[in-house]
Order: sequence, then C-alpha cells, then structure tokens
Amino acid sequence: MDRRRFFATAAHAAGGACLLSLGLAGFARPGAKAASVALRPPGALAEDEFLSACLRCGLCVRACPYHTLTLAEPGTGTGMAPGTPVFSARQVPCEMCEDLPCVTACPSGALAPQLTDPTKARMGIAVLVDHEHCLNWQGLRCDVCYRVCPLIDKAITLDERHNQRTGKHAMLLPTVHADACTGCGKCEHACVLESAAIKVLPASLARGAMGAHYRLGWEEKAKNGGESLVPDTGQLPPRLPEFKP
Amino acid sequence: MTARWLLARRLCQLGLLGLFLTGPLTGWWVVKGTLASSVTLGRLPLTDPLILLQSLLAGHRPERAALVGAGIVAAFYALLRGRLYCSWVCPLNMVTDAAGWLRLRLGLTERSLLLSRRARLWVLGGCLAVSAVSGTIAWEAVNPVTMLHRALVFGALPTAGLVAGLVFLLDLTAGARSWCGHLCPVGAFYGLLGRFSLIKISAARRAACDDCGDCYRVCPEPQVLTPALRGAARGIGPVVASSDCTACGRCLDVCPHDVFAFGLGREKSEK
Repeated sequence: MDRRRFFATAAHAAGGACLLSLGLAGFARPGAKAASVALRPPGALAEDEFLSACLRCGLCVRACPYHTLTLAEPGTGTGMAPGTPVFSARQVPCEMCEDLPCVTACPSGALAPQLTDPTKARMGIAVLVDHEHCLNWQGLRCDVCYRVCPLIDKAITLDERHNQRTGKHAMLLPTVHADACTGCGKCEHACVLESAAIKVLPASLARGAMGAHYRLGWEEKAKNGGESLVPDTGQLPPRLPEFKP
Repeated sequence: MTARWLLARRLCQLGLLGLFLTGPLTGWWVVKGTLASSVTLGRLPLTDPLILLQSLLAGHRPERAALVGAGIVAAFYALLRGRLYCSWVCPLNMVTDAAGWLRLRLGLTERSLLLSRRARLWVLGGCLAVSAVSGTIAWEAVNPVTMLHRALVFGALPTAGLVAGLVFLLDLTAGARSWCGHLCPVGAFYGLLGRFSLIKISAARRAACDDCGDCYRVCPEPQVLTPALRGAARGIGPVVASSDCTACGRCLDVCPHDVFAFGLGREKSEK
C-alpha cells in the first residue's frame, strides 16, 4: 500500500466517522430546556392532518405582525416536525389579530381558511398547572392572567372560595373555561412567577374525557322532568364505621 | 477552458437566494416564503410540485394557491428542463459542487461503491409511498434541500451549517456525487418531470472530440455523455437525451474543442 493510498483510506474512514457523528449530533443533541409547550398557529388542522397539509414554507411566519410564529427546526427542542410553524406562549403569545394574517397567508389550507373569527381559534387550552405557586391560590390578589385574557370573564373567571388559612378572607381562583379559551397564551406570557403557574397545553394533553357511558344523575333527572331514571334505589345496608354486622 | 456557465449558474443560484433574502435583510420584499412555497411580489404563488404531490398522497386537499403554484412550477420545468432545478436553483448544488471539486483536487476518482444511480428513483418511490401510508409529507422531515434553503432564508445558520456539512461529507467520502447523482429524490422527481422538455445539451461537434475525458471528470451525471458523444455509429445523439442531464453547462466550459452547445428541441431518448 503506497503512502497516497494510505492517506486516502484514512481520510475516507475519518470522513465517514465525522459524517456519522454529525448526523448523530443532529438527532441526539437535547433540545433547549423547554420553557413551554410548542403550539400551532390559529386555524391549524389537527396535528395528523396538519402534517399532511403544511408545506413548511414559512409564509405564516412572515405574515405574523408580532413575530409570534417561528419555524421548528431540529435541535430547537420543540419536538415538532422541521419547518412547521410553532409559537411559545411564554416568549411571544398570539395576539389574535382580527384579520388572521397567518391564516390568509397559508397557501395550502394547513391553517384552515374557514377560521375567520380569532375567538374561535383553538391553539390549546390554558391550564393552571401549579396552584401551589399561583399567587391567587395563596389568597393574594394577583389576577394578572385573568386581566390580560382577551376573553376575560369568558375564558378565565375568578371563582370565589373561602380562605381556610385566615378564616375570614376570600380566595379568587383563576378558572379556565375550555369552551371559550383560544390558547392564545397571553395568560402564560403574563404570569408574574419565574416559571408560569398557568400554561397553555395542546388540547390532547390538557383535557380529560369522561367514559362514553357516564351519565350525571342530576342532569338526567332534570331532563326526565325531575324524576330519577331509577325510581327506587332499594335498601342498601348501613356502612357507618361503628356498625358491626 | 472557461467558467462562463459555471459563473452564470452561481449568479443564478445566489441571485435567487438573494431574492428570498431582500425581505428579511432590508424589509423590501420580493419573494416571501421558501422553495417549498412562496409568493413573489405579493402576487405570484409558486409551490414545489413534489411537496404538493406528497401532500395529496397524504390525503390533504390543498387550497387553490398551492395548486396553482405547483402547476406553474411543474409546467416551467416540464417545458424547459426538469433538472435545471438541480444545477441552477437548488442551494445544495453549491455544496455538492464544492465536494466534487475537492474530490478532483484530492484525486479521489473512484465512483460510488455502494449505490446505483437508480437508487434515487427508489428513494422517490419510498417518499411517495411513506407519504401515502403515514399521512404526512414524508420527505420534508429530512429533505436537506428545503432544510438548507429555509435555514438560510430564516437565518438559522447552525442548521444550515449542519445540513450543508453533512451532505458535503457524504459527497466527499461516500463516492462522487453521492447525494445529487444517487440519492436525492427531488432531483429524481424533476428529472422525470422533464423527460420531454426543450432545453438540451448537444455534442454538436462530436467529430472534433479527441477523447480527452475532461467533460467526464466534471459532469455530475457522466453516464449521459456517452451516447451523445459516441453514438454516431448507432445513429444516437448528438443531443444528450437523458433527463438525468442537469444542463449545468460544465461540459461547455471545459471542452477544449467546443464540442458541446446548448440547444432547443425535442429528441427521442435512446432505445
């Protein structure tokens, strides 16, 4: 083996190793610590449909006047497909523009043009994930998430509760109503804590679901003209602890 | 030996990239979007037909803008020459050309050991099949062409460096023109799209060829040259009929006897 060939082979092997490790770096590099969950722009189709529709052109990102939207790229820790639009509510929330410029810019319909009213957008659902740190839950009056909500008193209400600790005050608890929340993220962005106590999550993460067979007795009773569906519940044995059979 | 066509190509590639970049850099928007889909001067929609095809196969019914845009792009390349995209538009071409140049400099002349040039057709078929089965635009998850372009236009320079570096190393180490000539399904798609297109390279003065081999050394798809140069006895050529030819014009640049010329016209492919 002559010297030239030796070096060529060595360079080959080294290059191949570099190639592999670079590729590995691209996949293995842990993303930046996720401060909040990546959300889709208003009007985005459900995630599996979205991935069949989004051309990854970035026109929605260019159309966004508040620079809310960015493109997910490998290594940015969003966990979203490369080139698809996302935003992080804690950094820049969605301002819910009246004319929805991101939706009108989308050439493919991945952001559905049927959405014309920004309050009908469903980008996610705000969840008070950490009531143990929420100031209102300590009996204080922060109220910031409630006050910044574009759908104040619809998407977030303050629900009054007795303050057990002091025994004489009220606690006003921020309560999200999923039927009105658009997931714009203004609440998460504005939360005064170092890490937000209220966070917008994708609906698939945020929502539970009752079993399809569940019936709420009181609702059924109201529908049934005040009569229980099962008129006589029969006699159940006493279950008090002091009772010994 | 000149570099006329090479320079023209670099100007075209950089100029197109520039049109995408004036907006983000100066605020004066000419083209918004990326090679995947764009709007020029707020009017003209253009969409990559391969991406749209995958979207259709994945079960999405796109809006009109994307359909019209893909139609315009497909018609352009079908009419002129499919793989003009590869040598005159694709930003990755500069990377693979650089790797090719370095290979020549280092004397690494052996061909790819592992792959056939038909592999890209299988990759293309795979992309379309995976798109249909998985319901996603499959190739865009890894496509280095759009990834590099997007990273450059949106200023994601580490991503641009990573993608360019990976493809450069692949082309340098795994064999000549590994990416563009063997693997890239985008090039394969545009090649198929341009099977009957107008712009052709012709070995018009092939009688003057003295078999020096300069064109073979620089050609990214050297297999297309043989029938055009040597086919006289069998009545083939002198037009380079294969749709693999990217019409890059390097053969025109390097040929000492001016054998090659750009030409228009339709010629049946051999066989």
